[in-house]
Amino acid sequence: MNTTELERVAREIRLRDLQAVFEAGAGHIGGEMSVIDILTALYFRVLNVWPDQPKHPDRDRFVLSKGHTACALYVTLAKRGFIPEEEISTFLQPHSRLNGHPNCNKVPGVETNTGPLGHGLPVAIGMAKAAKLSGAKYHTYVVTGDGEMQEGSNWEAIMAAAQFKLDNLTLVIDHNRFQQGAALAETNDLAPLRPKLEAFDWEVTEINGNNMSEVVSALEYRGSRPHCIVAHTNKGHGISFMQDRVDWHHKVPSKEQYEIALAELSEAL
Amino acid sequence: MNAPINAPKLYDCRDAFATTLERLAAENETIVAVCNDSVGSSKLGGFKAKFGERLVNVGIAEQNMVGVAAGLANGGRLPFVCAAAPFLTGRSLEQIKADISYSNANVKLVGISSGMAYGELGPTHHSIEDFAWTRVLPNLPVIAPCDRIETAAAVEWAAAYNGPCFLRLSRVGVPDLLPEGHKFELGKANLLRQGSDVTLIANGTLTHRILKAAEILAERGINARVLNLATVRPIDEDAIIAAAKETGAIVTAEEHSIFGGLGSAVAEVVVDNAPVPMKRIGVPGVYAPTGSAEFLLDEFGMAPSAIADAAQSLIRRK
Repeated sequence: MNTTELERVAREIRLRDLQAVFEAGAGHIGGEMSVIDILTALYFRVLNVWPDQPKHPDRDRFVLSKGHTACALYVTLAKRGFIPEEEISTFLQPHSRLNGHPNCNKVPGVETNTGPLGHGLPVAIGMAKAAKLSGAKYHTYVVTGDGEMQEGSNWEAIMAAAQFKLDNLTLVIDHNRFQQGAALAETNDLAPLRPKLEAFDWEVTEINGNNMSEVVSALEYRGSRPHCIVAHTNKGHGISFMQDRVDWHHKVPSKEQYEIALAELSEAL
Repeated sequence: MNAPINAPKLYDCRDAFATTLERLAAENETIVAVCNDSVGSSKLGGFKAKFGERLVNVGIAEQNMVGVAAGLANGGRLPFVCAAAPFLTGRSLEQIKADISYSNANVKLVGISSGMAYGELGPTHHSIEDFAWTRVLPNLPVIAPCDRIETAAAVEWAAAYNGPCFLRLSRVGVPDLLPEGHKFELGKANLLRQGSDVTLIANGTLTHRILKAAEILAERGINARVLNLATVRPIDEDAIIAAAKETGAIVTAEEHSIFGGLGSAVAEVVVDNAPVPMKRIGVPGVYAPTGSAEFLLDEFGMAPSAIADAAQSLIRRK
């Protein structure tokens, strides 16, 4: 899929995500809007995956470590054919397999359970290491939030990735500069991320994570070391009144706000 | 029924673990060992020499260690995670919950030097909470073998079992109790001694002590049943209910806090099905003083004579 087509798909995913969160009355819409371009590029351009064989041994692995943005992943998986598109309307409903954080035993395409922060990168490192041990050619991608990088387990994992020489691993940090209750800068400011990753012998690319052509080329890059993409994004990207506002971490739009957001996201479709 | 074999020689169950793992690894190339700078204490030196590439040493980083193991399993490897039990379970409990148990990852967690094995090193190094922490997690069998034979059998079982489990091993020597060739069966107690007056239940390093306690009770004319209950979860409800109904009193002994461990697990079954007097012997909710494992077990009422005394006084409450 080319960049223009990917941008259109990303818009559609944003729209469906907005509807799902509005209808469910819950969700993590800010972080979903910031990460959707990355998810779109992965599932519609970069990942070698087969929706009819979700456990195919040669599939590329993707881990959404920022599991609270599960709704964006569900919409993406549905659009890519892993689950029925109409199932999105069950998001957060009783007994739906689409709960607030993704479950690998229930939802095809989900590789490991996430939710508590700081879990995805260690698991992704295990996946990449397994490929090294078995000679498998798949690539492993993981997306973390920037606030999530405050978890110590991530830094344990960052050390291991370099030690294991995992050139088959790509970490994308969704650097939207906000965590649940505050700006990153107001809690434990990890920025700038680049020198810290480089100090651990990772290769680092910094991009505008809401610019599709930059996202695609960074994800497709292959080097000789573990690769970190610091994706500078906007929390609430695509919806004017949400952008860069900490209060949209898990706020639900009012009916009026919903109509405005719908109009804005529909504009370019 | 597996008749106990009384032999004076003591064995470190880690040797049985390491030997069995190496044998299985030679047959199954997907087996990998994952550790946290614990090659020596986990007795992985032989594994490293034979299968160096398949030893994944993450350094002193237990959270990452457990997550990496989950990823290795996702990539088709069969990881045995070997680390000191207090740090494996406590330091990475959330990883064990989310990445292993909830994800149902095919990872074998092997906690070594459990209980009071690191006696003199103090309570930070005692692993007397691990049954409580792990047995509440779905999908995660919790197993504490009583001797080298059961350890080898449990490791063999774990490699063949499609799902996660927690094996709890000590480093303190124990005698052979089960016959050579014994097969491990998940959730099944071994009846080591038939009896009708009281039932003694233990696992791990305590099983040989309750057998000795039963011998002391026999000298006093009390006929004690002895159950080795290696699997704490899923627990052998049938054996416990039969013990309660047929002997009318149950004593448990464990190298663990009395809160949330083997005794608690047995008590849950007894209360729900066949209430009888019980006595739970273990560490009574305190941090231990300095001393060796053997000293501390005696200190907390787990000398065979003390277990026998506890059983004798319990019988009076029947």
